[in-house]
Amino acid sequence: MEVVLAIAIGLLTGSGVWLVLRPRTFQLVIGLSLLSYAVNLFVFSIGSLAIDKEPILVDGVTPNLTNYTDPVPQALVLTAIVIGFAMTALLLVVALASRGMTGTDHVDGTEP
Amino acid sequence: MPHLAVAPVLLPMLCAGVMILLAEHRRPLKLVIGAASTLLGVLISLALLLWVDSHGPATYLVGNWPVPFGIALAVDRLSASMLLLTWVLGGAALLFGSARWHRAGVYFPALFQLQLMGLSGAFLTADIFNLFVFFEILLAASYGLLLHGSGESRVRASVRYVAMNVVASSVFLIGVSTIYGVTGTLNMAELAARLSGPSVANRHLIDAGAAVLAVAFLIKAAAWPLNFWLTPAYRAATPPAAAIFAVLTKVGVYALVRLWNLLFADGPLAGFGADGLFAFGLGTALLAAFGMLASHRIDVQVSWSVIVSAGTLVAALGTREEVVLGGALFYLVPSTVASCAAFLLADLIERWEAGATVVEDAPFLTAKLEEADDVNLDDDAAPLVGRPIPASTALLGFAYLGCALLIAGFPPLPTFLGKAAMLSAAIGPAAQDRVAGTRAAIFASVVLCCGLLALIALMRSGIRTFWSGGGRQPPVIRAAEAVPIVALLGLCSVLTVAAGPTMRLAHTAARSLHDRQEYIEAVLRANVTTSPAPPKGLEQAPR
Repeated sequence: MEVVLAIAIGLLTGSGVWLVLRPRTFQLVIGLSLLSYAVNLFVFSIGSLAIDKEPILVDGVTPNLTNYTDPVPQALVLTAIVIGFAMTALLLVVALASRGMTGTDHVDGTEP
Repeated sequence: MPHLAVAPVLLPMLCAGVMILLAEHRRPLKLVIGAASTLLGVLISLALLLWVDSHGPATYLVGNWPVPFGIALAVDRLSASMLLLTWVLGGAALLFGSARWHRAGVYFPALFQLQLMGLSGAFLTADIFNLFVFFEILLAASYGLLLHGSGESRVRASVRYVAMNVVASSVFLIGVSTIYGVTGTLNMAELAARLSGPSVANRHLIDAGAAVLAVAFLIKAAAWPLNFWLTPAYRAATPPAAAIFAVLTKVGVYALVRLWNLLFADGPLAGFGADGLFAFGLGTALLAAFGMLASHRIDVQVSWSVIVSAGTLVAALGTREEVVLGGALFYLVPSTVASCAAFLLADLIERWEAGATVVEDAPFLTAKLEEADDVNLDDDAAPLVGRPIPASTALLGFAYLGCALLIAGFPPLPTFLGKAAMLSAAIGPAAQDRVAGTRAAIFASVVLCCGLLALIALMRSGIRTFWSGGGRQPPVIRAAEAVPIVALLGLCSVLTVAAGPTMRLAHTAARSLHDRQEYIEAVLRANVTTSPAPPKGLEQAPR
């Protein structure tokens, strides 16, 4: 499972960075989305991966990380998802405004 | 008293909430609320500063959760000074904006309060992830302020500014989660306590996490080569927004100073990354000084000067000398105040050059936002000999002179005192050690060279604006526009007169940052407030 997740994060980051470096605003927005997916997966995986272990305490089970999964990364990733989503939406609006005002979708606002 | 620490976050949040509910045409009321909030914020920050200076750091537990589990706000001398600086500059920028810029778009006062809220939170928090959240709040508000007034140049600058900062936020998250994964804590004080033990497991991962985090902070602090977003954004922003953005780069510097001193001042990880900070800081300062020399517009030169001061501060942190850091913290205050005043002044000068004689009719977006072509100074230099200078021209001229000398660091102005404190501390102990001596020599020559280049660049602009611009009408300036600039420059002269106590405060702040124990103990020993026993008769009713 670790290998699959690591490959997924790597692929998302690689594609995201490549798209962020492209000159069109649409590519930029998609690239930033992929990058934030990769970061979210990374934050989620940092509390070690576990199957069938929820972070809710049950009577009679010792509360440590062998019986439960770490709840903090789940809380962090939730915050990060919300913030990342809002920022991407804002960037999309700014990109649309830029397209309307400059007549081009180049990130510099002028065709090279 | 520690409860007051949460006020700089709550106050602007509540005011912004009220402002959003008010209709757009009730602008005067919104401005009054904003002014009251900002004045109150200045007083709260001053009270906090005086309190922590005599009593040591204070901690406020948000939601009354015990320390490693909940979020803690901690205020020490550095945080309180940064808070005071933020709120004072906020007040000046808001007053300037109330003259006319607040009418350029919607929600200006509310966005401004949210900006102050994000800045205050970032200076107060003692939790790395909470620092990320407050960074996002201040960035979200800064996107709104940058777009205030709209127009093609602002939207174009915003695309790059937003994209750059979203990337920086992703980098920030990677760093935070790496550090959490290795150490299992997000609280800065607990992190410092865990890393100061005799041996640290997985130190390479901590190094990697800290380095990634430093990249995020250096993007905010506009360190080379990640600073090309700054000048177009600050030039396009409306002047009151640009004035408050002068503090924004200092947030990156603050975060670096805070974390690097807590994590790497001592213990097995001591000194990690200091050489990198030193080299990149000096490179940033030098390149930004050349940037000032290469630009013709005053606001662009001021934007570059913000980067010069950020670079100098990062380099001072990289020297790892406590006394140099003390000088740098003193230098931070007047250099930020000077760039804030200069951003405001640049707007008045631009309006004057554009020939606007009626303040109301002045356009919110002039054609001059495009980079001007080179002009030959001799062609249109009309002599001004024998012509009386109207008071408003004199005001602009003297204010410009003050800003330029402050940015360049001339005696007896406080920026000079800060530079002198940094350089004498860097050169002093270095006489015996050859490596340290070379470093100090490089540091001193770069800082002095930056001052010279800044002086040349600003004097050239000044000559072109004030001495060769004959035949213009005297500028029309409102009191609300003149007062903040004069007040900020007056504040700098107060800093010169009161340099002794202020310098002592800066050095005490640097010593307690370097020592760390005071901060760590204040945060880790913060007690949860137990709820008082319910009075008789109000106990839980039996079911």
